[in-house]
Amino acid sequence: MTAVLDASTSHLTHDRPALTDVRGIPFTRLARVELRKMVDTRAGRWMLIVMSAISALIVAAMVIWGTPDESTFSVFLGVTSFPLIVLLPIVGIMAATAEWSQRTGLVTFTLEPRRSRVLLAKVVAGVLLGLLVVAASFAAAALGHLLTIALRDTPGDWSMSWRVVLGFVVAMTIFIIQGLGFGFAVLNTPVAIVASILLPTIWSIVGAFPKLQTAATWLDLNRTIDPLMSGSMTGADWAHLGTASAVWIGIPLAIGSWRVLTREVK
Amino acid sequence: MITVENLTKRYGSFTAVDDISFEVTPGSVVGFLGPNGAGKSTAMRMMTGLTPPTSGRSMILCRDYRQLPNPARHVGVMLDAAAQHPGRTGKEVLHLIGMTIDAPKARVEQSLDLVGLTPDEAKRRVRNYSLGMRQRLGLAGALMGDPQVLILDEPANGLDPQGIHWMRQLLRAYADQGGTVLLSSHLLHEVQIIADELVMIGRGKILAQGRKDDLLGAQGTRVGSLDNERLADAVRRAGLELTGDRTGLLVKAAPEAVGRIALEAGIVLTELHTTGSEGLEQLFLSLTAADARDAAAA
Repeated sequence: MTAVLDASTSHLTHDRPALTDVRGIPFTRLARVELRKMVDTRAGRWMLIVMSAISALIVAAMVIWGTPDESTFSVFLGVTSFPLIVLLPIVGIMAATAEWSQRTGLVTFTLEPRRSRVLLAKVVAGVLLGLLVVAASFAAAALGHLLTIALRDTPGDWSMSWRVVLGFVVAMTIFIIQGLGFGFAVLNTPVAIVASILLPTIWSIVGAFPKLQTAATWLDLNRTIDPLMSGSMTGADWAHLGTASAVWIGIPLAIGSWRVLTREVK
Repeated sequence: MITVENLTKRYGSFTAVDDISFEVTPGSVVGFLGPNGAGKSTAMRMMTGLTPPTSGRSMILCRDYRQLPNPARHVGVMLDAAAQHPGRTGKEVLHLIGMTIDAPKARVEQSLDLVGLTPDEAKRRVRNYSLGMRQRLGLAGALMGDPQVLILDEPANGLDPQGIHWMRQLLRAYADQGGTVLLSSHLLHEVQIIADELVMIGRGKILAQGRKDDLLGAQGTRVGSLDNERLADAVRRAGLELTGDRTGLLVKAAPEAVGRIALEAGIVLTELHTTGSEGLEQLFLSLTAADARDAAAA
């Protein structure tokens, strides 16, 4: 194990590129690295495996026992998306907190000291991963529906409004960014997971009180996202969704960005 | 080239790093030495842009670290070998670094080879690595960009004697090719065998700095005799500073001067030589002993 530094392993002995000739790290590369970091750890990979497994199980159960009117493409899509709603925020949280809870930030932020770029790269990577997972859930739903047509002679029903597709994509994006926001704000994986599940739930319960009904229609993310997923968004719904998102995503993201940009990396 | 100028970090009323200045020139290995909690890591985090300094500045290659376009291509940094994601394989850790800084693909294998991690070990997850292996992986990560400056925090921590020997050779070769190395340690002997120059820090302040040979030799002469008390009197009469214990005296003068005093006084010497690291070690130990934590732990 005698270390050898020679011309092949080090160009210290050669002329080195001048400082001004070395280019910065392009943003696309940062985003690609962040995307990879979301799935290259054991935890990240298992999260995706669990999501797929749950979807596969539900699809299988529906193929075997489902009644024809329960076997349309849109119903399949509804069930394959269910695990995503629960687990996508957690993928976002882990992506945001790992630099601090696993202390990999010591490496990440020395490789790219302009932390805002890393932060943005994480958001972009999170959204990309969300879209990939959504595409996978569409594929799973289509496969399930095809199986019921082939195996159980169910009439094919592929009807799906573009509004639902759009709503679906927007909803998943919201969920993963919400996870990132909570992660950045708390910078501690378990606390962020608990907070991201507990706070909106508590708010949903509190919002059920008659006096808080109006506030809830504007500020309950779960409630305002429902019409999005069912493709029945009206102008008012968009306004409700916008306000709720601003509160549940905007505030954590703002606090989180401030913390990530100013916090000492240890 | 690393330049640190009046670097200071305060946390409330606590001063972690207190107005330190030093320079690391190409071709040399500088040991940054001090007990735990002396401010070494804080200083290194300030040099690499992770911690904003309260005042003062540090420059690498005449630039603020954060102004380097792709820092890892110039500066290899390892601040804590334990700070790796346990769920990633060693190889993946290096691959991510290579991807980020746009290092050639072959660099991952080269770096692994360079630090002596086998392909089998590289495929294992960091969770299963010993501290020594994490140190090697951390160093491989620092070398990914083939930098001309290395900043390493406690790189020998957790390495066995063989590993320390290996690291000394690696860093020596690196500096001999014109590389600049700053490494920290809380163990004097560890730094002593690797570094050309020492910067000793205690409670945030620089206590001693200079070439290792000067620092280690400049401490005076150790002398023992059949009548230490009479010798001590004679030395004091000659106007020389001295400290000592039952086993011998430590005189702030060259051996020749001390020998002449003994000759004139007619005292038989049993021992006469320049002190090695004893003086520095004394200073270092007094620092460490003053630390309540270590006193309690001892």
